[in-house]
Amino acid sequence: MQNGKDAASSLKDCFFKMTDIVKKYLLGEEYVTILKGISLEIEEGEFLSVLGPSGSGKSTLMNIIGCLDLPTSGEYILKGNVVLDLDEKELSHIRSKEIGFIFQNSQLLQRMDAMKNVELPLIYAGVRPSERHTRAEEMLCKVGLEDRMHHMPNQLSGGQQQRVAIARALVTRPSLLLADEPTGALDQTTGHQIMDLFHALNQEGHTIIMITHDVNIAKNARRVVNIIDGVMTEAEGEVTFA
Amino acid sequence: MSLMNRIMGHVYMFVESCAMAIENIMQNRLRSFLTVLGIMIGVTAVIALITTISAVSSSISSSFTSMGAGTMTLTTTGNDLKDGLDEEDMKRIIDIDHIRGLSPSVSLSCTVARENVSETSISVQGTNDTYFEVHEDLVKSGRKLNRIDTENMSRVCLINGDIVESFFYGVSPIGKTIYLNRIQFTIVGIYESDTSIASLLSGSPKILIPYTTALKMNSASLVTNATIYLDSASASKEVQPKLEELLDEIFSYEDETYKITTMESIEETMKTMMSMMSALLGGIASIALVVGGIGIMNMMLTSVTERTVEIGLKKAIGAEPGQIQMQFLIESFLLSMIGGLAGVVLGLILSAIMCHLMGTDFVISYGAIALGVGFSAAVGIIFGWSPARKASRLSPIDALRRM
Ligand SMILES: Nc1ncnc2c1ncn2[C@@H]1O[C@H](COP(=O)(O)OP(=O)(O)OP(=O)(O)O)[C@@H](O)[C@H]1O
Ligand SMILES: [Mg+2]
Repeated sequence: MQNGKDAASSLKDCFFKMTDIVKKYLLGEEYVTILKGISLEIEEGEFLSVLGPSGSGKSTLMNIIGCLDLPTSGEYILKGNVVLDLDEKELSHIRSKEIGFIFQNSQLLQRMDAMKNVELPLIYAGVRPSERHTRAEEMLCKVGLEDRMHHMPNQLSGGQQQRVAIARALVTRPSLLLADEPTGALDQTTGHQIMDLFHALNQEGHTIIMITHDVNIAKNARRVVNIIDGVMTEAEGEVTFA
Repeated sequence: MSLMNRIMGHVYMFVESCAMAIENIMQNRLRSFLTVLGIMIGVTAVIALITTISAVSSSISSSFTSMGAGTMTLTTTGNDLKDGLDEEDMKRIIDIDHIRGLSPSVSLSCTVARENVSETSISVQGTNDTYFEVHEDLVKSGRKLNRIDTENMSRVCLINGDIVESFFYGVSPIGKTIYLNRIQFTIVGIYESDTSIASLLSGSPKILIPYTTALKMNSASLVTNATIYLDSASASKEVQPKLEELLDEIFSYEDETYKITTMESIEETMKTMMSMMSALLGGIASIALVVGGIGIMNMMLTSVTERTVEIGLKKAIGAEPGQIQMQFLIESFLLSMIGGLAGVVLGLILSAIMCHLMGTDFVISYGAIALGVGFSAAVGIIFGWSPARKASRLSPIDALRRM
């Protein structure tokens, strides 16, 4: 048995720690193990990229990191919260406060304009309307969409949509920005612009986890981990950053 | 976060949920309209039925109060020694405080004949001068019955319009003779049949004669039916116990020797019948509401399936299950309320038309409106509950995987 006080204080200080995360899915009558014991520790302010081929379990891992899904076994601490001990409502609070999601294909609500899409997380966080507007506006300016605020998603280019998604992910000032293939659907130039934005955000102190199967994109991060067939390995040698 | 902030957060969330719900309803205008139709029809039916019935029943009770208030009817069965009231008994009844008068009513069914015309089974009633005093406008021409007529068992009668038509077409009947069960009577007046509900209930007679004469024709000496007139409508509560005391004494305290019916008690019975009827019809109409509710549930379930991705995304960016549930619940509630309010308006219009056709006054029944609104609110929440719960329980990853 550990000293209770010690454990508690170390838990409180812990920003991100995964230990032995296993995820199994029931396929027919058999369990398939997708994540085979993943351990990962991240400091606040890091820019990490998870690199792996298709089907290696990247999105599965991201869902667990983002508290959308729970692992079959293992331990996960995020900002001092023991994620596996939380109930549905508490998980939604973590998602609301600590995590900003950027999905592979931007995922905007088609019936709302850019502004409203960015405001949405704040609505669920119970933020006052006037503050909501200013913060959403601020974020849209930050991603360079000051002149596109009231465009509907189908009136925006893929890159612009992705920027709206980034603004939406950032608007709650999350501790952790999670991006699953943020440049997957974009051309190279636009992809670079998005990466520049990520660098800037990281510079400002945002912690970023980016998932990709593209080595060149992964190189943008300060630290790269590989995931192959559900097993994680630290990439050899530090990846230089711009 | 302070408590105040948390409460305000819920308020902002609620307002936003309403806005989203309205937007969703407007997005699928035709579908929403068709869904709402069921509730609308149900509420329309409930409102129209209840309002119409309550208008009819209030018009009935107002005619009761205008015509029948302040009277009591007395029916005696008596005991072995005595089955009715004699002169002395009737005098004692009149002496009770607040009793203005009493008119016996002795019913006969007679064969009426004049010259070569004759009709059987004509309803004839024996009464007294008090009856004419109370119903001042009864006599159209000729004279009333008076005390002397009753004291002398005179063979005089008043006839109504029906008899005039059948027997005296084109002739003035006053002073003419007519035969009731072969007994000769002199016609002294023509009266207008009393159209009050009280007299309709007892079957209105076509010929009025002195009650003493009527008793003799019936080979009876005692009065078994009488109407008692009070000096005010409110006196019946005070009079009834005294009257009962007296009648108990007259009939030697035996059980069930008489029955007193007040207009209030008849009105009470009518009202109970009316409200039972409206409950029954309202119940039948509310089946339509249930069907409407099922329509709403169906639409909400479809909507949840269609919006799986949206729900998943909202959950991924931090929506609580409760917030998702609330949003869908508000949507079904609003749908149902739109139908309900439209139904209330339509129902009121419909019942106004029905009241107009039936010639009764249209009275807006606030109870029925509250019922319609309450019912549709309940339907929206009850039938929206399970789809909303289904939405709130969708797993965000399953939802997002569908993209
Ligand atoms: N709900 C599920 N049930 C069963 N198997 C699943 C489920 N979700 C994912 N898998 C399996 O887990 C494996 C990893 O899926 P995942 O989506 O994490 O891959 P990925 O690394 O993100 O791939 P990609 O780069 O193509 O997005 C796949 O083989 C997939 O079939
Ligand atoms: Mg993936």
